[in-house]
Amino acid sequence: MGNGILVVAEHEGGTIKKTAYELLTKAGELAASIGGKVSALLIGADDPGDLGAYGAGTVYTVTGDAFTHYTTTATVAALQAAIEAADPAVVLAPASPQAKDAFPRLAARLGAGLGTEVTGLEARDGRVVARRPQYAGKAFTDVHIKGDLALFTVRPNSFAVGEATGGSAEVVALSVDVGEPKVKVVDTEAPSGDTVDLTEADRIVSGGRAVKSKENFDKYIRPLAASIGATVGASRAAVDAGYAPHSEQVGQTGKVVNPSLYIAVGISGAIQHLAGMRTSKIIVAINKDPEAPIFQHSTYGIVGDLFDICPLLTEEFQALG
Amino acid sequence: MKIGVLLKQVPASDARIKIADPSTGIDTADIKWEINPYDEYALEAALQLKDAKQASSVVVLTVGGADADQRIRDALARGADAAVRLDDPAFEGSDCLGIARILAAAAKAEGVELLLAGKQAIDGDNAQVPGMVAELLGWGNISVVDKLEFADGTVKAWRASGGGARDVVEASLPLVITCDKGLNEPRYASLKGIMMAKRKKIAVKGAADLGLDPSTVGAAAALVVEDNWSLPPERPAGRILEGDDATRVKELVRLLRDEAKVI
Ligand SMILES: Cc1cc2nc3c(=O)[nH]c(=O)nc-3n(C[C@H](O)[C@H](O)[C@H](O)COP(=O)(O)OP(=O)(O)OC[C@H]3O[C@@H](n4cnc5c(N)ncnc54)[C@H](O)[C@@H]3O)c2cc1C
Ligand SMILES: Nc1ncnc2c1ncn2[C@@H]1O[C@H](COP(=O)(O)O)[C@@H](O)[C@H]1O
Repeated sequence: MGNGILVVAEHEGGTIKKTAYELLTKAGELAASIGGKVSALLIGADDPGDLGAYGAGTVYTVTGDAFTHYTTTATVAALQAAIEAADPAVVLAPASPQAKDAFPRLAARLGAGLGTEVTGLEARDGRVVARRPQYAGKAFTDVHIKGDLALFTVRPNSFAVGEATGGSAEVVALSVDVGEPKVKVVDTEAPSGDTVDLTEADRIVSGGRAVKSKENFDKYIRPLAASIGATVGASRAAVDAGYAPHSEQVGQTGKVVNPSLYIAVGISGAIQHLAGMRTSKIIVAINKDPEAPIFQHSTYGIVGDLFDICPLLTEEFQALG
Repeated sequence: MKIGVLLKQVPASDARIKIADPSTGIDTADIKWEINPYDEYALEAALQLKDAKQASSVVVLTVGGADADQRIRDALARGADAAVRLDDPAFEGSDCLGIARILAAAAKAEGVELLLAGKQAIDGDNAQVPGMVAELLGWGNISVVDKLEFADGTVKAWRASGGGARDVVEASLPLVITCDKGLNEPRYASLKGIMMAKRKKIAVKGAADLGLDPSTVGAAAALVVEDNWSLPPERPAGRILEGDDATRVKELVRLLRDEAKVI
């Protein structure tokens, strides 16, 4: 029976992502209650960055040609090797497209219980209990995992990053035999913008049907987002009308986001849109209809015309410097 | 090539969710059930492959009770050839891994080479079952696909790879693929399809029919246990800002900076 917590540290071209520090911070708290050490796994990179400072005693690294680009086969093999090496009671990974792809396979291979997209973690009676949304956030449950190993994928921005108080980590390179991946990557299409992906974004500005055209979307919504370094989102109505690509859709059939700040512009707040953004910490609504349901879910609201408000707000944000 | 479509019924996306009992789950009394929207993309992708003569037949696989038959009929009316509903008292209380074991056994029994599923079921939002099925069968899997090409047993698919990037991947059968919005526009059943579906049978199979050890599924085998159901925490009433546009915009920026501390 293992103990301690293994955190999957994701990186972008070798630079460790914020999600890793969020998870390490939480892992430190949990390990203080359930016992055991905190370690981290880096796949396709070998510079542990600040993982030690944020509490990882050991950083397992897996590198080589098989890991330069994500494949399910290689990542599941790396996870399996790290779990063998660290023998943890709990594995935490960000709920990224990669982890969401790899973890169900890993769980089936190891016969371990998996909780996905969790937004809360707590130690209770020496075990980790998760809290997660279901029915698109219309209900929440606790998740208990039986057995020796519990796997969780955690929604980005669920936990704050704490102070870097730890030391430096011991780096252990694992050699992993991957074999032939069943699914081969033949090409990669770069992201359209240079902003953080919606699912990880800390600030989001979304536009709805009321924006009326792609030209307006580019003229009112994108500059507003740029003024605070926010990622652009859209309602399904805006996407279906062609104002924004589907990759920017927020909601039940789009992306689920969890930012600190979500600004909804000309969006009514349909239940399927709320499904994607209701866990945002601060929600701002700009809508000319005072009865729009979005106001019932927002922290701050401006009842007004988006074509008047957006330019003013962009200017004020820019003035913040 | 025979295609299996993993199809689940879920509460409609605009359903109001009420909690029946915090220890067991939601109140299903007033729920309107629909085919999981992502499974509609999977079904449509399968039907298009059949229309293009790249698939010989399409079988719908559902783990669920008789109340799912209406949704299965809908799939048959849209053009699926056959359906198997996996139903057995031993299946009750299965977690995702249990459901996956049932579906993997059914896929094997049906002799399918390609399984198309939704990227997640919008009830539990787990996004676990298809990847688990792939592992249990030892097949490759491709998740969250919004574009798919198929030629001579080779699949080319476009999937999200994080950070807004997309991967183009290739694989050969057998495979499990999960479908995202954008893949296609699901068709409606035609009148003719509805009439034809009346003559199609929904086969019902249990653990014994599948050669499945009942102790590997159901509540007793479940590793994941959910309880303490509740509605999302209420948000305190929002603040509607007053004054002319310029005043309100300035006030909003001040609140975001000084009160909410998010900018
Ligand atoms: C199965 C299913 C899945 C779905 N998935 C999603 C999803 O993932 N994401 C999603 O967003 N939707 C989804 N929907 C659609 C959803 O039900 C709504 O239709 C959609 O969210 C509406 O988009 P909207 O708010 O932009 O448009 P509307 O509902 O038309 O709202 C526009 C708003 O703009 C306001 N407005 C108009 N003019 C102005 C102006 N000049 N200034 C300021 N405000 C103005 C109006 O008062 C109104 O409130 C789904 C629906 C179904 C059935
Ligand atoms: N009970 C079930 N019967 C048939 N297919 C299912 C069932 N549960 C899940 N699936 C399939 O697996 C996908 C993902 O479901 P989930 O892992 O529950 O989010 C769904 O979109 C379905 O295609």
